[in-house]
Amino acid sequence: MNSVIIYTVVSLSSLGALSAVILYVVARKFKVYEDPRIDEVQEILPGANCGGCGFAGCRNFAEALVRADSFEGLNCPVGGASLMGDVAKLLGKTAVAADPLVAVVRCNGTPVYRPKTSIYDGAKTCIIAHSLYGGETGCSYGCLGYGDCVNACLFGAMYMDPVTELPVIIDDKCVACGACVKACPKVIIELRKKAKKDRKIFVSCVNCDKGGPARKACNVACIGCSKCFQVCEYDAITMANNLAFINSVKCVLCRKCVEVCPTNAIHEINFPPRKEKTDTAVSGNEKKE
Amino acid sequence: MLKTFPTGGIHPSENKLSAGVPIIDLPLPAQVIIPISQHIGAPATPVVEKGMPVKAGQLIASSKGYVSANIHSSVSGKINKIDQILDSSGYKQTSIVIDVAGDEWIEGVDKSGILKRDITDSGEVIVRKCLGAGIVGLGGATFPTHVKLSLPPGKKCDVLIINGVECEPYLTSDHLLMVEKSDEIMVGISLLMKALGVGMAVIGIESNKPDAINLLTEKSKQYKGISVNPLKVKYPQGGEKQLIKALINREVPSGGLPVDVGTVVHNVGTAFAVYEAVQKNKPLVERIVTITGKSLTKPGNYRVRIGTPVTHLIEAAGGMPDDTGKIVNGGPMMGKALNSPDVPVVKGTSGIIVFPKSESTRPKAGPCIRCSKCISACAMGLEPYLLMVLGEKSMYDKAEKERVTDCMECGSCSYVCPAGRPLLDYIRLGKSRVNKMIRERKAK
Repeated sequence: MNSVIIYTVVSLSSLGALSAVILYVVARKFKVYEDPRIDEVQEILPGANCGGCGFAGCRNFAEALVRADSFEGLNCPVGGASLMGDVAKLLGKTAVAADPLVAVVRCNGTPVYRPKTSIYDGAKTCIIAHSLYGGETGCSYGCLGYGDCVNACLFGAMYMDPVTELPVIIDDKCVACGACVKACPKVIIELRKKAKKDRKIFVSCVNCDKGGPARKACNVACIGCSKCFQVCEYDAITMANNLAFINSVKCVLCRKCVEVCPTNAIHEINFPPRKEKTDTAVSGNEKKE
Repeated sequence: MLKTFPTGGIHPSENKLSAGVPIIDLPLPAQVIIPISQHIGAPATPVVEKGMPVKAGQLIASSKGYVSANIHSSVSGKINKIDQILDSSGYKQTSIVIDVAGDEWIEGVDKSGILKRDITDSGEVIVRKCLGAGIVGLGGATFPTHVKLSLPPGKKCDVLIINGVECEPYLTSDHLLMVEKSDEIMVGISLLMKALGVGMAVIGIESNKPDAINLLTEKSKQYKGISVNPLKVKYPQGGEKQLIKALINREVPSGGLPVDVGTVVHNVGTAFAVYEAVQKNKPLVERIVTITGKSLTKPGNYRVRIGTPVTHLIEAAGGMPDDTGKIVNGGPMMGKALNSPDVPVVKGTSGIIVFPKSESTRPKAGPCIRCSKCISACAMGLEPYLLMVLGEKSMYDKAEKERVTDCMECGSCSYVCPAGRPLLDYIRLGKSRVNKMIRERKAK
């Protein structure tokens, strides 16, 4: 009886000891060195895995940060400058200042300005509607209004306005991760440099048609008249494909282009009301803010 | 016992309203709009300029690259403009607008109705003439015919299959063509056989067209190697792979082409166009279009010049009904709703269907009830419910493994779904994404 107990104990203990030795040897032999700083950096990162940095997730970005010689081109748009400063301090490198960005929707085709010419009753997502045709209105460039961008936003920074049927971006919540930019099949959403007091001037239209058809489809379309291009003293405006584009880096927010735009396609947002002039024509393009 | 394909398939109500209506020539419109991309492949390049006079049959845009097709003027008149104009794709495309004046044709086109049976051209010449005449598959896919007639090196073809199935409900253009132009089609098939170097051709016709079956069977006795095979009515029998399986019991491998199993499929409309191009020197400038719908006063089959606006066609059929809800380009199963009736008829337009409001709304989509009707209906043996979810959730890697690229977008799954789910919408999305992924992988 005793011998059974002894045999059992001895055999199991030796089996255990043998396994331990094998595990030890294998663990030593196949050990993968991982920089402990990756974990530390990952701790600091927001952990939203939004992909705004261009990497597959926060872990992937942390690895890139630890590996990188300089922080040039590496930026977490969610955490911004303060977070990048913390990471730089931890890794003993210098942070490269990146301009904070914010997303803007470049379409103002509300049902009032852009009447519907057909009705779409397929699957209510932009990407499918886009694959089938140009949209319910005469403008085949503008917002389709099914909210793929809103669904893509991980930060609750977007919602669909039921009246305008266009997406609205909440500037305070937007981290400029670019998920909405990727989700929009019409490439309407753009990441622009954030100016002080969230001021913005941009061409709220992406219609590349010639002036006539563009205006016919939508009252507030950019008709490519290049008046803004001529009035801009800072080379901030470029004309391409019957469409004006304002470079947010070069723009000094002088508002001259807004005044000359005949279709009110250029929007000024978060500006104080204009002084002397009390023209009513301009008030139409100041989005409700 | 009639043959058919074994997997899946559905039986939608046929509604062939225009089946007995003879083909008539549609009066010329005042203006035609001819898009430069009416085929699969690279768009053609315009070779005319604004203000130039053109004659019917004149080349106005030449093919660019191997997989592309020539475009000819369908009318005589003056080029009004070359501009971006909405077409049946739902987007604006470069199109050539011609103001119609008279009906003058280029020289060399034999417009008489005399049958020319003797085949004098060699196979190579036939292919070259198809290329010159801008012939594309007229069943709806619009794949350039000259490409299909040039077999890839190392591949052999022993049977030519002619698609006279017309399995889509409502459409009758192929049916009427077979009844009225049987001899021309037979000569066209002989030409295709010569170009491909095959000695045997089988025409597949569904049994709901007994007059066409009888007539073509009678005629086929006079032509060597051609036989007619009646088929059981089942949608989507007109699908290439389904038709091959039904007629000669060969299975095209996943991702393969019919030529992999030694066959090539052409539509009867294409056979007729090849006859006209080779024997009569007439480029592809007109086609038979069915205009139908339950509220239309005069549904019928018309010989329509390419570029004729759909509105003109609807006028001829008795005008736009008041209760119109949707105008569909093509058949009701695979066709696409137009977002404007001003778009032109193109080479691939087999029919225009005007649906009343009561028949043109989609059911409200509910959750999947796991009834598996879509799986039973799928003619490719796929699992549509799963492919839809994979498309919806952007799981394209998995969708590729589930063979989403085999889907031919026949719409049977959406048709049978009792929950009214937009199955095909999402499968099509998944398919296009997976195809893009595959292209990118190949490019690397």
